[in-house]
Amino acid sequence: MAGLRKRFGATPALDGMSFTVRSGVVTGFVGPNGAGKSTTLRVVLGLDTPDAGWALVSGRAYRTLHRPLCHVGSLLDAGALEPGRSARNHLLWLARTQGIATRRVEEVLELVGLAAAARRKAGGYSLGMRQRLGIAAALLGDPPVLLLDEPFNGMDPDGIIWARSLLRSLAAEGRVVLVSSHLMGEVQEMADHVVVAGRGKVIADAPLEDLLARHGTLEAAYLRLTRDQVEFRAGGAA
Amino acid sequence: MSVVRAEWIKLRSVRGRLIALIAAAVAMVVFSVFSAAGERRHCSGPTGCPSLVVGPGGQAVVDSYEFVDRPLAGDGTLTVRVSSLAGAQPWAKAGLLITASTEPGSSYAAVMVAAGHGVRFQYDYTHDVSGPQDPPGAPAARWLRLVRAGDTVTGYASADGSAWTRIGAARLSGAAGVVRAGMFVTSPQNADLTEHPFVTSGAVLPTLATAAFSDLTADGAWPAANWTGRTVGPPDDSYPVLTGGSQRLGDGSLQISGSGDIAPAVGGVEGTGVTIDHTLAGGFVALILVIAVGTLSATSEYRRGLIRTTLAATPRRGRVLAAKAVVIGGSTFLLMVSAAALSLVLGKRVLLANHDLLYPATVAAQARVVVGTAGLIAVAAVVALALGVVFRRSGAAITVAVVAIVLPYILFQALPTGASEWLLRVTPTAALAIQQTLPVYRQVAIGYTPVNGYYPLAPWAGFAVLCTYGVATLALAAWLLGRRDA
Repeated sequence: MAGLRKRFGATPALDGMSFTVRSGVVTGFVGPNGAGKSTTLRVVLGLDTPDAGWALVSGRAYRTLHRPLCHVGSLLDAGALEPGRSARNHLLWLARTQGIATRRVEEVLELVGLAAAARRKAGGYSLGMRQRLGIAAALLGDPPVLLLDEPFNGMDPDGIIWARSLLRSLAAEGRVVLVSSHLMGEVQEMADHVVVAGRGKVIADAPLEDLLARHGTLEAAYLRLTRDQVEFRAGGAA
Repeated sequence: MSVVRAEWIKLRSVRGRLIALIAAAVAMVVFSVFSAAGERRHCSGPTGCPSLVVGPGGQAVVDSYEFVDRPLAGDGTLTVRVSSLAGAQPWAKAGLLITASTEPGSSYAAVMVAAGHGVRFQYDYTHDVSGPQDPPGAPAARWLRLVRAGDTVTGYASADGSAWTRIGAARLSGAAGVVRAGMFVTSPQNADLTEHPFVTSGAVLPTLATAAFSDLTADGAWPAANWTGRTVGPPDDSYPVLTGGSQRLGDGSLQISGSGDIAPAVGGVEGTGVTIDHTLAGGFVALILVIAVGTLSATSEYRRGLIRTTLAATPRRGRVLAAKAVVIGGSTFLLMVSAAALSLVLGKRVLLANHDLLYPATVAAQARVVVGTAGLIAVAAVVALALGVVFRRSGAAITVAVVAIVLPYILFQALPTGASEWLLRVTPTAALAIQQTLPVYRQVAIGYTPVNGYYPLAPWAGFAVLCTYGVATLALAAWLLGRRDA
């Protein structure tokens, strides 16, 4: 993507956000609240229209993709579920829109460990289970590109370990894996490359090793890089 | 197509929404049957409740008049002068009539003077042909002639008894042999009604007209018989009449007083029967439930953020909207067609068991009412869906849908006729016209008002008004869905 700009009223959400995500590695996407991470992902998915700039997936605009879930899998909000609908039916309607066979629905349910709970209403799921369902939905089309917004929120430690290894193995298969997160420890454990965003633009776009070499930990790097970018911070923390 | 299947999975996989749709269908049947059960006819007279008189065309008819007649065995001609006609009703009639029999509902043809409508040729209740226009300073006396040749009867009129104008001809059914031919007088009921919101009160009173006939000539195959006076009509009081009669006057003319009408039966308070749309009253309840389901199928996605998943899966947003409309409209339509058909069948039984006079309707008309009512509810669901996309919040969308679709439905029954007809031209409720089965007959002067079951637009024209709203709201929804951030 290049030069993304987007305003919501008077507030600039994206102010020239530009970066490229490589395949074969896990890229962490970090930044304070309001840095434009979620907006960037929505623009990439063709949900929000940027005021300027463009975002391409495998060289094409998302909205021109035929069977887009087979090109890009995404998880924006694990809570975006109809509470009365079961996990299986949620994946089933998604599969129908892409012409994906029902067998693949069973496969991804098995993959994320929801096979046993698949016929229960999603309204009764814990946040961790919803994250697993969201990851299942992202993997439904077996896409070469994965965009995941805060996939670790609400997951128990077992879940986090599982998700981390899943994402690393997906990247190792040669996919593009972009994971936004607030959990610096998690990103440090998992990512090979990190994009730090603040106030709608990229502050740092570097291999994890480089950031660690300079700042010691990702958390320290993050705090130093975003010092002037945050909108709210308790006194003394900076 | 794949998007339609996806939307269908969405609809069927949320049990509450599916149950609400099925409940709408069940409610339609239950409320329709209850409403029909509430229409019970009470008859205090000794003959009990009158039965329906059905004309040769299958319509409910009124057939009450005073008749002075003779049998006519073959071809023949009858000529007479109507020298006076006194009666307050513009549609009081006096003239010549040939009928297959004097059984109510028989096939007939008649040429007549109507008190306020000049010379007419009418036959088989529903047909009305206007005669020559009156010259300025209309003559007080009219000459009438009826000619029978085989089963065809032709009517003529003349101002002077020598220059005749042919008005029309009719072929009678069941009139091959001996028919009854003679002079008749009748005068329709007078309605004195007051419209209140939801209710019309008042009385429907019988009237009497008196006419004098002279210069009667009868040529042709008339067997020897006297002219006989009789009151024709059903033995029960299905139409209010006064006692008529006939007498020979001093100048040799014949004076006949008659009461009643020879005409199609009408709907509403001035009619005696009910129309088949009275078996579909529960459609109103279904309409409200379906509006809620239609709205929620859009707004629940916005509320949960699920709309982003939907649009990420199908970036061509117009397709998503179209698929949702097809699924909600199609499933509502299929359910409601079944519910409406069942309501019609059950409601008819209940009405007949309650001694109500159910006006007959052709199979085509009944099918149109059932399919149209289901279509009305289905299109309303699609409008509600589109409003859900436009407003993105259930509260606002349902409010607007109810104000646009449900409120006029209630208001038109409460407002004066002028305002009511205006509502039924411009609001989505215009589609109710699809339920009208009785046509407007100019030869019967009643209030052809919406509360009486007569709508200002033709059935499919009214339905088209609702469809126009459907297309317009869908277009607005598609435009907003396409340009707004999800």
